[in-house]
Order: sequence, then C-alpha cells, then structure tokens
Amino acid sequence: MLTINNLHATVADKPILKGLSLSINAGEIHAIMGPNGAGKSTLGYTLGGRPGYEVTGGSVEFDGQDLLALEPHERAAAGLFLGFQYPVEIPGVSNLQFLREALNAQRKGHGEEPLSGAAFIKRAKEQAGLLRFDMDMLKRPVNVGFSGGEKKRAEMVQMGILAPKLAILDETDSGLDIDALRIVGEGINAIMRKPDKAVLLITHYQRLLDYVQPDFVHVLAGGRIVKSGGPELALQLESEGYEAVAA
Amino acid sequence: MDSLALPTRADEAYRYADLAALERLWPVAAQEIHVAAGEAGALAITANADAADVREIVITLEDGASFDLRVLNAGQAYGRIAVTATLGKGASFHFGAAQLGGGEQTLEIVTEVRHLAPDAVSRQVVRSVLGGHATGTYLGKVHVARGAIGTDGEQSIRAMLLERTATANARPELEIYADDVKCAHGCAVGELDPMGLFYLQSRGLPPSEAKKLMLHAFIAEAFLGAPEGEALTEAALAALEGLL
Repeated sequence: MLTINNLHATVADKPILKGLSLSINAGEIHAIMGPNGAGKSTLGYTLGGRPGYEVTGGSVEFDGQDLLALEPHERAAAGLFLGFQYPVEIPGVSNLQFLREALNAQRKGHGEEPLSGAAFIKRAKEQAGLLRFDMDMLKRPVNVGFSGGEKKRAEMVQMGILAPKLAILDETDSGLDIDALRIVGEGINAIMRKPDKAVLLITHYQRLLDYVQPDFVHVLAGGRIVKSGGPELALQLESEGYEAVAA
Repeated sequence: MDSLALPTRADEAYRYADLAALERLWPVAAQEIHVAAGEAGALAITANADAADVREIVITLEDGASFDLRVLNAGQAYGRIAVTATLGKGASFHFGAAQLGGGEQTLEIVTEVRHLAPDAVSRQVVRSVLGGHATGTYLGKVHVARGAIGTDGEQSIRAMLLERTATANARPELEIYADDVKCAHGCAVGELDPMGLFYLQSRGLPPSEAKKLMLHAFIAEAFLGAPEGEALTEAALAALEGLL
C-alpha cells in the first residue's frame, strides 16, 4: 500500500530524513519508535505534504500513485489520514461543518455524490460513539477549548468519519490518561484493523502498542530506519533503551 | 469642510482614498437618517458590485433611539462608506461592516461616532479581507463630549491579508472630554494561520475551501445579530470566491 524508498527531506534547509525506506502492506500495522529528534514527526508531515517539508530525494508510492506529486488535500482523497501530535485549533469553524465539507470534498474527488446531512450525522454519531466522544462537542469549533485527551479522541473521530485507507498517527498516545489511551487504542483497532487498511503508528512508548498490537516495529534514528522487527522489538526498546538497541 | 471642494490627501479622512475615482463621483450627497426619541431603525447596505460606490451617511439618534447599520463593502471597484452618527442620551448605535477586496482596489470605512449626552452605547465591528494589491482602511473616531458620562463605546477592528502585497490601515481614535466613560478598542492585522490551513487541507479540503471556511467565521462577526446577518454573510462569501 505504501512504499517509501530512500526518502530524503529537509526542514528549513536542514536535512532530517536521510534515506528512509519502509514498506507497508494492506492489513498491516507498523510502529515507528525512536528518540527525540530522530525525524519521526518529520516523516509524518512529509508524507502529509506540509509546506516547508521539502523532499530532496527518494520516492513514495501510495496505492499505485506518486504520493509526493499530490497536494495535501489530494493525499487525503487518495486515502491518507495524518493524525496530528498537536491537533490545530480552528476558531469559529464547527467540527461537524468542517468534517462534512472535508468528506464531501474527498467524495467529489472520487466522482461520488455528496453525503446528505442526515447520512453524515448518522455516520458522525456512530464514530463519536465508538470513541465515547460527546456529539455536542462536535458542534463546537475544531479543537478550541478541548483538553489534550479530547483533541486526540477528536482526531480519531475524524479518522472514523473520513475512513482512510492508511492512517499515520503521530504520537496519538501523548497527552492521554490510562482510560483515554484504552479508548483511543480500541478506536484505532475498530476503525483501521481491516484487511484493506493499514496503520503507521509513530510513538515514543510501548504503552499504546499494548492496545494496538503492531505486526512490525521499526526504530528510526538519525533520519533512517536502523532496525526492524516484530512486536518483541518494542519491548526490548522499552527495557534496554534506544541507544543500546539502535547502536 | 466645504463639501463641494474635492478633498486632497491632506484631509485626514481622505488620506488613503482613491481620489481619481472619487473625483468622478464628487460631490457626494449625504444620506440623512433621523431616528426619533425611543424609536429603532436598521439599514443594511451592500456596495454596488460593478461600479465605484461612495456614500456618506449622517445619522442622528435622539434620546433613547437605536440604530443598527451593516455594510458589505465588497464591490469590484472603489468603495467608500463614511458614517457620522450623533447619539443622544441613552441612544444605541451598532455598526458592523465587512470589506473584501483584491486587485488594485481601494476600500474604506470612515466613521465618526459622537456621544453628546450621557449613557449612550456604540459598537463597531469591522472585518476586512484583502488580497492582491488592495488597500483596506478603517478610520474611526469616537468623540465623547463633556458631560457625556456613562458612555460605552467599543471598536473591534480586524483585517486579514491574503497576500503580503495587500495593505490594511486601521486607525481607531478616541476623543474623550468626559469622566466615567468606558471606551475600548481592539485592532489587529494578520494572516491566515498556515498550520490551520494545512490541518484543514490534510482532511481533504482544497486550499480555497479551507481558506473560505476559516474566513467565514471571521467575516460573520461583522454581521452577528443583524436581521439580515445570514444573507450578508452569504453575499460576503460569494464575494470572497473571487479573491481566493
């Protein structure tokens, strides 16, 4: 589904990704772990197409398309979802209005009819229920006044509504208490653990992986994948630290 | 000021005006609005879409009168709206305006609100969205006369630049000769939050739709609480299409 080949990227002319390669097939869940400054968030933003994250080499193929040739909104329409480490507040714009417009823009890109108001609300209710997220909060402006945990759960509601093929979740576990971590973990499984979908979890810690069992774990250091393995690699990192494992 | 002589840049109220366009329309007849004591009135103005539109509105509110004036200054050419409001005791004046322009356009809102007697309230909310090489100006004076105690005057002025080449001028001015008054003004010129734009785009909204969504709420603030608020906001969004 996703093939990253020898990806190089700079931020403000500083090289961050230095030859990163990674392949993700449908039905798989991958976790990328790594120390601060390894390039984890840069990988997410580069794949999402954030302005200022410049690709200087390599290629990324997503579902048969050249991902890097697409605008951010075209990447979304192609089925990519980027879960933000720090979800952005958009004053004055309600979650429901924004998500309905975003979903219908994606559908338009596929030549599909827009979803009716009633059908959209039904879908939003289902997904909010899954994340035990109050529908009334979805009527409020995007992320404004939400706690850290609420923002992360709202991201997962967005993911449920938009139904992507591939979710790249950047530290979705940060800022979550134990109960919220479990709810978010179960939400990721319910929405994304399907034969035709895939997930790339970017995280510092093993704890999210207790709920969302990865098929593969990779260690990112110095802008490249330096080690790959199964779920046991995450446990080894947790007990021995990045320095010992990645060396 | 002699209303028959064409103003020059030396006239403060015309410092940023499109004088060439103004000359073709000069002199401008003032539209007089008089609201009797205790009465209420409202007016919504949408600037002429195709031609230069220069207006002068003179409003007199007697004791306890109220008036709600909303303006959408978003035509294709020069747009200037000058408002002078004189408030009697306990009168209330609400002014909300949005101006949207692009190209080489000049848009201006010039207000003078005169609190002559105690306990009058004035609220001004102006939102500008400017692209290209457009210039959007707000010059607003709140005058509080001696003895006009209990005056409550507020100016909230914000401009959003879609491109760095656009210009916003905002000059709220207070002239207060009374004690015990409440006058507040807030003024800000900014750009759309790039991270917010990326966030919306990452969910599937094309850039123009993402900008429109972010600007919708911004513009709507000018028309909050107006009888034709929604229609004005819709018209403003239609005008915005041409700028994005």
